[in-house]
Amino acid sequence: MKSLDDLKKIRDAAQKKVTMRGKNEGTRVLVGMATCGISAGARPVMNKFVEEIAKRDMNTVTVTPVGCIGECAIEPIVEVLQGEERTTYCKVTEEAVERIINEHIIGGKVVADYVIGKYRL
Amino acid sequence: MNELSLHILDICQNSIKANASLIQIIIEENTFLNQYKIIIKDNGYGMNKKTLSSVADPFFTTRLTRKVGLGISLFKMAAEMTEGSFVIESEENIGTVITAYFSHNHIDRAPLGDIEETMSILILNEKGIDIYYEHNYNDKTFIFDTREIKKVLEDIPLTDYSVIMWIKNNIKNGIENIQKEESN
Repeated sequence: MKSLDDLKKIRDAAQKKVTMRGKNEGTRVLVGMATCGISAGARPVMNKFVEEIAKRDMNTVTVTPVGCIGECAIEPIVEVLQGEERTTYCKVTEEAVERIINEHIIGGKVVADYVIGKYRL
Repeated sequence: MNELSLHILDICQNSIKANASLIQIIIEENTFLNQYKIIIKDNGYGMNKKTLSSVADPFFTTRLTRKVGLGISLFKMAAEMTEGSFVIESEENIGTVITAYFSHNHIDRAPLGDIEETMSILILNEKGIDIYYEHNYNDKTFIFDTREIKKVLEDIPLTDYSVIMWIKNNIKNGIENIQKEESN
């Protein structure tokens, strides 16, 4: 099977990468993936995170689907965790994902346009 | 939800919460019999009879953050809308099986949509659950099994992003192939 050979190549390349990977303080991205999130478009949002992170080879960022925090009306909700800091974004779109990656995860500046405080205090 | 794969993603979250270690997703398309069947089977902790009887009620949920639970109700509705039906069976400490029957050519039958996105998100779940996906299109079959992939990957995690990208392509091409060969 040709594609399994491709997978083996990916494995070999990844094995080389692991040795270079340090124990970096990572960024965790949590995407609400309950019924409310999914209906509001959380799947393409999460997919966008995965694709962008893969494209940029950002080894220290992990993206994980999570449940619902009870604010279903302002889904899709995305939380970005860096060390002790937790930022909650809501009504996240695919365009917002790009901004969160560029301005927040890479640039270190919270994207004020999507933070939950704009909708809930 | 306008894609069956979104319902599948949603229903599988229940399996993840039920501590399943394996989720099996089986799709059986038969254009001659006009059938489109989706089976979702897990080995989680299952439900007792009382819970099982109320699970399709939109005002039933076990969670504390909100008062409604729509996942199963919406999936049931999606099937019934196409003159299909919906069955849920469960046994405590054994697991749960959901079977949804759709009419293949019914105008209200949603398309499957991006099942590869659904699968990649399921693989990224925190508990590292194994996923078996089988898609039958008339007499052709495509199978994807994370347990097989793990054997090839050795020490590289399934959640490595380059692996996820490969998985998405593999599933997308796999399904296209079984559907294409049929039309020749």
